[in-house]
Amino acid sequence: MKQQAQHTPPFTEGINRVDGIMKVTGAAKYSAEYELPGMTYAVFAISNITKGIITSIDIKAAERAPGVLAVLTHLNAPKVPGYESGKDPSKPPTTGGPLKFFVDNTVKYNGQPIAMVVADSFERATYAASLIKAQYKKEQHETDTEKNKFKAAAPKGGRNGGDYKRGTPDDWKTAAVKVEQEYVVPINVHNPMELSVTLAHWTADDKVTVYAKTQGVKSTQNAIAQAFKLPVENVQVTTKFVGGAFGNALRTWPHEIATVQAAKLVKRPVKTVLTRELQFNTVGYRPYTWQKVSMGASADGKLTGIIHEATAQTSSFEEFTEGTVNMTRFMYACPSVGTVYKITPLDVNTPTWMRGPGEATGAFALESAMDELADKLGIDPIELRIRNHADTDPENGKPFSSKNLKEAYEMGADKIGWSKRKLKPGTLTEDGWLIGYGMGTGVFGAGRGRATVKAALLDSGTLLIQTSVTDIGVGTGTAMTQIASEIFTGIPVKKIKFELGDSSLPPSPTQGGSTITSTVGGAVHDACTQLKEKFQQLIGNGGTDKPDYVKVLKEKNLPQLEVTVTSSGSTEMRNFSSYSYSVHFVKVKVHPKTGVVRVDNVVSVADSGHIVSPKTARSQIIGGAIGGIGMALMEEGIMDHRYGRYVNNNYADYHVPISADIPQIDALFVNKPDYRVNPMGAKGMGEIALIGMSAAVANAVYNATGKRIRELPITPDKLLA
Amino acid sequence: MKDLDKGFQADENHEPKENARRDFLKKSSLLTAVALTPGVAVKAAENHLDEKVAAAFEKMPVNIIVNGKPHKLSIEPRVTLLDLLREQLHLTGTKKGCDYGQCGACTVHVDGQRVNSCLTLAMTVDGKKVTSIEGLAKGDELHPMQEAFIKHDGFQCGYCTPGQIMSAVACIREGHANSETEIREYMSGNICRCGAYPNIVNAIQEVKNGGQQV
Ligand code: FES
Ligand code: FES
Repeated sequence: MKQQAQHTPPFTEGINRVDGIMKVTGAAKYSAEYELPGMTYAVFAISNITKGIITSIDIKAAERAPGVLAVLTHLNAPKVPGYESGKDPSKPPTTGGPLKFFVDNTVKYNGQPIAMVVADSFERATYAASLIKAQYKKEQHETDTEKNKFKAAAPKGGRNGGDYKRGTPDDWKTAAVKVEQEYVVPINVHNPMELSVTLAHWTADDKVTVYAKTQGVKSTQNAIAQAFKLPVENVQVTTKFVGGAFGNALRTWPHEIATVQAAKLVKRPVKTVLTRELQFNTVGYRPYTWQKVSMGASADGKLTGIIHEATAQTSSFEEFTEGTVNMTRFMYACPSVGTVYKITPLDVNTPTWMRGPGEATGAFALESAMDELADKLGIDPIELRIRNHADTDPENGKPFSSKNLKEAYEMGADKIGWSKRKLKPGTLTEDGWLIGYGMGTGVFGAGRGRATVKAALLDSGTLLIQTSVTDIGVGTGTAMTQIASEIFTGIPVKKIKFELGDSSLPPSPTQGGSTITSTVGGAVHDACTQLKEKFQQLIGNGGTDKPDYVKVLKEKNLPQLEVTVTSSGSTEMRNFSSYSYSVHFVKVKVHPKTGVVRVDNVVSVADSGHIVSPKTARSQIIGGAIGGIGMALMEEGIMDHRYGRYVNNNYADYHVPISADIPQIDALFVNKPDYRVNPMGAKGMGEIALIGMSAAVANAVYNATGKRIRELPITPDKLLA
Repeated sequence: MKDLDKGFQADENHEPKENARRDFLKKSSLLTAVALTPGVAVKAAENHLDEKVAAAFEKMPVNIIVNGKPHKLSIEPRVTLLDLLREQLHLTGTKKGCDYGQCGACTVHVDGQRVNSCLTLAMTVDGKKVTSIEGLAKGDELHPMQEAFIKHDGFQCGYCTPGQIMSAVACIREGHANSETEIREYMSGNICRCGAYPNIVNAIQEVKNGGQQV
């Protein structure tokens, strides 16, 4: 690793989003917005049973409908070569494999596509799809996690399999003060504003260009290459703008493969835009999860034992697991901890990671239980956390690369006016509303992976930086530009061009798991540093720190100077545990007669190292906080288990926060660099922005009302019950 | 054809015509079916003359002024203004978030009023003026609301942004931007899943308080 800046960089306002003008003028091109000659549109006909067999399917009327080019079903769809060889077109989260569309007559979940209509206009495809009729042989389905909990078993594979135990977790039972409670997080659906999009166009028999809504162009490229047995370089994936994803575009889903398949068949570009309904069961969701936390503490508030159990849903054909119980192992200095994680297969599509995956669910239980324990002990919940602060990682004994959680507690408490909080719930009122304050902690791993970045100084004076990473909206391009501009201080931000979202560019990982600023930012930092050194060598010793790059290139007769650098985290990191932390503080007003909860004030503090791009970071924290408020107060994918079907699969019935729900939000940053993780000292913050928030809201509601709601979302009916 | 020119109206007078058209389509479909080889999924629809005729019958003339530019179009009556803008006029700044009038991503102005273009059949704006996000700036000079969104970082992914901005401009014009609470209320038809609401509210307040012409 190169020389590291050991000073704390100044915390400034930060630059404006580099793609801001494109976004406010409508010039930003999202994946559905590429214009290709002879464009066709694909629309799915879906199964209205949940489990069974298609005995017959009548597509004649659809085929005859005006403008229809093809109707694909399991009876006539051309084979996907990679499917035949048994290779899965995308890496499943753990074991099993994703569903393959149109390979056989089985129906595995309600809403599963059973036919795909391709027509020359969206309207015509939609109409033709409505003409498809299917007969089924139904089988008994199971979609209720609660009812099928008895089937829950430990996952067979994956990182989250296996129980964990240290010390004697049962010690909680003999503790002076105990909490033993169950918590439920229902299905949450990512529901980004942009619908899932795949636009495929075969430019030759063995070459395909795809514009896809994906969080990783490289992984989509690989999945398609594998499915169609193509050389990887024959698959071009472009994703310049993503209209939010929150995890639902981390995988390559079967409908994307089907789109590529259809484009091959009709020999024209095919565009698939999933309807809002299909966002609920085609591209994953946060699984329904039941949890139980049993914890005990001595009379002076020292934890003696914790057991955290969780059971979540998965599909019948694929194991999905996430780190729901994992934070309990290292969050607090407790000598004895046990965790148990199980999954229940159901007749639903596979869940997937949703912002703050696993941890957001787990933190709701753990941080609610901590609040319950503080309440029983009669001490301030922050005080309880400080008494059990883990100075080193209790899971592996390693020191933390950095941890400023105590400072974060203090900053947030000061800002929200925590001193106004009453220890006894239900005792503070304002204008007839009950007032409560609550807090919750979030944590997420802060690593650094491998990325390759090309940096070039052009004789036009432009610094061009290229890598394949996508930007799902958080401001990756802006952060990378900021990192580059801190190294090339002589080059104005306007002259720095960060190119992304293209599989032909040097490889970066998929955007997810709060790693991009660290991983890609680290590589951008290293590439720029090496390019600068190369320049210094060119102008010889005694060169200035801010040479006139254009002049030098012209003098040396060079059109450009470039480097391509692959870099990853240091080996030193193995000796440390590294996490980003958040502390969310919430003030709520609860109406005693109607049970309406209004979020009145929010302060979210991030301890995530040096803040590279303050302006976008602030928005990221605010956005995550709002996502957490949604999870706490309104979000729930509701299924009618009699039919195995969602009853609220649209924005009107699946509530997400709207402007009227959200007050001003303070995003605060501890802003202490952690140079062990990467040369910028930055750690990720996408996940921690949400993790812990739902508990903070629940704890505030308890503080306001004395009612502890352990099943999300906290709706008025539960408060009035 | 003459009464068709007036645009499609689902009143009784038009019923017979509708049925006639349906009948014709049915017959033409039959012809197509004969031409189909069983078991072949692909149908070269574009070669069938009868279908072209049928398609012509399905279309209606419509005149729309979009961002100051008149368009003389022939479209199917079921086409929404949103899909017309995005798929036929290639003005993709207007976004589709739900297609059901639930999210506001598709907000445009029709004769100065904000509407959800996904709930507006394109036929119904015949003779009207439509302004989409592409028509807000004057050349390179951004509209004050666009400037304010950039300054206050009123977005992350940017997908809801065109709708938010069109709504925000209308919100001020309607006189519904007199307080933070009022702005929140009157901007609540526009979902932002990235959660940029506080920044959006701040941007609108700045434009409102700056007293600039919107
Ligand atoms: S797309 Fe029109 S309101 Fe959502
Ligand atoms: S900026 Fe992404 S939905 Fe609003």
